[in-house]
Amino acid sequence: MSYLEYNVKSTPTGLRKILYMNWPLTLLLASVAGVGFLMLYSVAGGSYSPWAEPQMKRFALGLAVMTAVALVPIWFWRNMAVVAYCISILLLLAVELFGTVGMGAQRWIDLGFMRLQPSELMKITMVMLLAAYYDWLPGQKTSRPIWVLIPVMMILLPTFMVLKQPDLGTAILLLAAGGGLMFLAGVHWAYFAAVIASGVGVIVAVFKSRGTDWQMLKDYQYRRIDTFLDPSTDPLGAGYHITQSKIALGSGGWSGRGFMQGTQSRLNFLPEKHTDFIFTTLAEEFGFIGGFSLLLLYSLILLFCIATALATRDRFSSLVTLGIGINFFLFFAVNMSMVMGLAPVVGVPLPMVSYGGSAMLVLMAAFGIVHSAHIHRPRHRV
Amino acid sequence: MKRNPRDIEATHRKLSRRALLLGGAQAAFVGALAMRMRYMQVDQADQFRLLAEENRINIRLIPPTRGELFDRNGVILGQNVPSYRIIIVREDAGDVDKVISDLSRLIELRPEDVERARAEMRRSPPFLPITLADRITWEEISKVAVNAPALPGITPEVGLTRVYPWQGDFAHVIGYVGPVSDYDLSKMEDPEPVLRIPRFQIGKVGLEAKREDILRGKAGAKRVEVNATGRVMRELDRQEGQPGADLQMSVDAKLQHYVQARLGRESAAVVVMDCETGDLRAIASSPSFDPNLFVRGISVADYRGLTEDPYRPLANKTVQGTYPPGSTFKMITAMAALEEGMIEPEETVYCPGFLKVGSRRFHCWKRGGHGHVNLETSLKRSCDVYYYDLALKVGIDRISAMANRFGLGVRHELPMSAVADGLTPTQDWKQRVYGEGWLIGDTANASIGQGFMLASPLQLAVMSARIATGREVAPRLVKSINGIETPLIRGGSLGLNENNLRKMRKAMYAVSNDRRGTAYRSRIIAEGLRMAGKTGTSQVRNITAAERAAGVISNEDLPWERRDHALYVCFAPFEAPKYAVSVVVEHGGGGSRAAAPVARDVLLQALYDGTPPLEAYPKGDRSRIQAQQERLQREDRPTLDTDGNDRA
Repeated sequence: MSYLEYNVKSTPTGLRKILYMNWPLTLLLASVAGVGFLMLYSVAGGSYSPWAEPQMKRFALGLAVMTAVALVPIWFWRNMAVVAYCISILLLLAVELFGTVGMGAQRWIDLGFMRLQPSELMKITMVMLLAAYYDWLPGQKTSRPIWVLIPVMMILLPTFMVLKQPDLGTAILLLAAGGGLMFLAGVHWAYFAAVIASGVGVIVAVFKSRGTDWQMLKDYQYRRIDTFLDPSTDPLGAGYHITQSKIALGSGGWSGRGFMQGTQSRLNFLPEKHTDFIFTTLAEEFGFIGGFSLLLLYSLILLFCIATALATRDRFSSLVTLGIGINFFLFFAVNMSMVMGLAPVVGVPLPMVSYGGSAMLVLMAAFGIVHSAHIHRPRHRV
Repeated sequence: MKRNPRDIEATHRKLSRRALLLGGAQAAFVGALAMRMRYMQVDQADQFRLLAEENRINIRLIPPTRGELFDRNGVILGQNVPSYRIIIVREDAGDVDKVISDLSRLIELRPEDVERARAEMRRSPPFLPITLADRITWEEISKVAVNAPALPGITPEVGLTRVYPWQGDFAHVIGYVGPVSDYDLSKMEDPEPVLRIPRFQIGKVGLEAKREDILRGKAGAKRVEVNATGRVMRELDRQEGQPGADLQMSVDAKLQHYVQARLGRESAAVVVMDCETGDLRAIASSPSFDPNLFVRGISVADYRGLTEDPYRPLANKTVQGTYPPGSTFKMITAMAALEEGMIEPEETVYCPGFLKVGSRRFHCWKRGGHGHVNLETSLKRSCDVYYYDLALKVGIDRISAMANRFGLGVRHELPMSAVADGLTPTQDWKQRVYGEGWLIGDTANASIGQGFMLASPLQLAVMSARIATGREVAPRLVKSINGIETPLIRGGSLGLNENNLRKMRKAMYAVSNDRRGTAYRSRIIAEGLRMAGKTGTSQVRNITAAERAAGVISNEDLPWERRDHALYVCFAPFEAPKYAVSVVVEHGGGGSRAAAPVARDVLLQALYDGTPPLEAYPKGDRSRIQAQQERLQREDRPTLDTDGNDRA
């Protein structure tokens, strides 16, 4: 569909668009960010520096970026999808080539005021490209092998580049988000069944091969898996973080130990307490009530994404909104599973709460696209 | 390109269906997360709360203050004094090398201390304080304190350490403390946790070790909150410990000091005992050493000096050293015979200079013999033959039994290291130990305190006190604990014939006061303070027949370690005995020459509770005594050199 098919006249124009933004969604995002500020203030021992204050500035910047993105018509973003994807790929390549100079693997590019992680950007631009692709592809071709292979390539290219960094967490997220989008686009379920079946087969093979001549992983890799499955086998080594994280979470109890009273985070037993493990501080200090409230906020944001997607008749808008929703869901679902000991420790931040610039900015920009889809939705049947 | 509206409808329916399906899956996952959260935070909350508490709370010990030691008049003998040290915290110091070099410009740092501190720093976390210099002076600590702003990470600290102000005077009695060693820990069944504190001091020898149980006190504890790296964040609460008990000893510091000074570098032991209570007023072994050296950690050279000294400064000769009592044993032999009714005090024995037993001759020390002697004359002139004769009539077993009643061959429990039992041989004993039968000659030897007979100076003092009182006086070293008087064991009567005892005391009086007595030259002439005593000279070698024929070599011509031991036991005043004294001078020669003068000086010092007037001494001695008194006062608190080569 070309944008000419939209009933452009019935969409709001100029700054009036701001009134048509999805304000409940903005409010939800602001409250989640507010929880983030509170927790960053707490883990710094009751201080705005070094985390809460920069985070607030970034959120303000994020709001501006989101509004700017929202004001741009959605069809522009659809047309830009290929370009955005290519830029992301080039940035990933640039990090791969020039980023290794620092300490070990460097995953970001310094933009002066912030550090941009191309892999974060990639999550959104890939979703945009896939959405644009399925918008362009006639419905009956969706499940034909050749037309399935093309999006698979679109997903695997960045996945492998990220995996090489190495960033297993983001790679899995990319894979899951891409797969989700293909599922939404209507690719025949048999493809997914086949992939899942072969995936299970590989996992079984990996475990069965342990200790035999044709062992598929290195011994240390098996040990890591062991540690994940039972952290108590290595309480001071790799299992330390997850054990302490669970203690912090569990000791919060029903209503928590009180704001800034969490011993686990205040006494530094928690690892990465301002980034990936910030949820444990929340759960320790505000208990089940606090943790569950945040989960509820996240679910509502997700719900708004789905509602926006279902309300629009534009296929690109639906797909990109749902794709962003999947990404958002994966962020918090993987992060929470990790701190609760349900998933291995992979570096996935808690969206909008964890301290970190690029993840939040990229996410805000993505929600800008959701807004744009909402503002520029076709008002009348063509 | 225009699309078929039907196609759009179809794909949109499919998208909606799948979106709802995916949304449902997501909702299910969110539900699972919520369940998991509820399980951990509600169902298992208590368990995790406990783990969190265990994480953050640490228990730290507060070392107790060690009990202090005092003499009978409250003079301090072992005290805790603040000791200053300099600690460094690596984390606060920043550039450790620069800080140390700055510090070394202010005060003198020993290179080995710095090296040890550096090694410790490499091993421990950066926030842990490490001792850089120990036992520094107040001036040095002030210098550091004034310059503190320029020395980041450096803190002057004050702790307590043991100091013995009387230095060598009480080295053998009190002993000393030192840091707990791995060896100490390995000997203990279940060591108290406080012992694991680095540099914690415990008693190593002597009273300090023997009464460690009450001196140490109970450690307190504080609960502190620590963070993940173990740094203390704050104190939650504390439980004060209990300081160790203060001990008051029976010893009189002034008298003890006098005794040590009087003995000087002589290898000797002196025990002064209160006849009435058994309190040990002085119990001195010389030469001594400075126990403070051991508290600090003695250098290898100093330690070698002490162990290789032939005068054995480390040995506590008063309780640990056992010597043949020699003629001082004669009272026991006589008492055994008198009690058995074998002889009357006035009955005489003829001494031709020897006693023939079988084919063997037992010689009296006086070749020409003493002629007819009774109890008093035999003791006064120390005739040997009289006692050979008595002993052969009474037999060794009765003599040894009598010796035990007087405290010889019996262990006197004192809180000191290595208290010796001594030895009073019996026929069974020889059979058991040597597998040989008892010989008549053994009895003869034993009767004059030679042969197998062994006694410590402490036992000899106990013997004298028991002769003086006729009661079973027992020695006491600790007078009170934390101000509570330790019970006096007021021994009952020895159950001996009072007439015999009186005769014996009179004979001892003659030893010291009769013109022909062996200790006449060391008499006291102050009325009412006169002394009764007995000299002893115990051989440390056998005199061969050839030697005897050639004429016995005099002690002065022998090398020191082959000379006789000089002994003297006494009590005074004769009329109402107050103090019993025993003196042993190792290889000192004759008892009357080497031991008796010491005993007299010590007794007078004790009786007058200070420097006695010259009128107490015989006229002829006064000028010499005056010179000696002046010398001792001049070198009050002698500095004890411990290298052992200087033998004055």
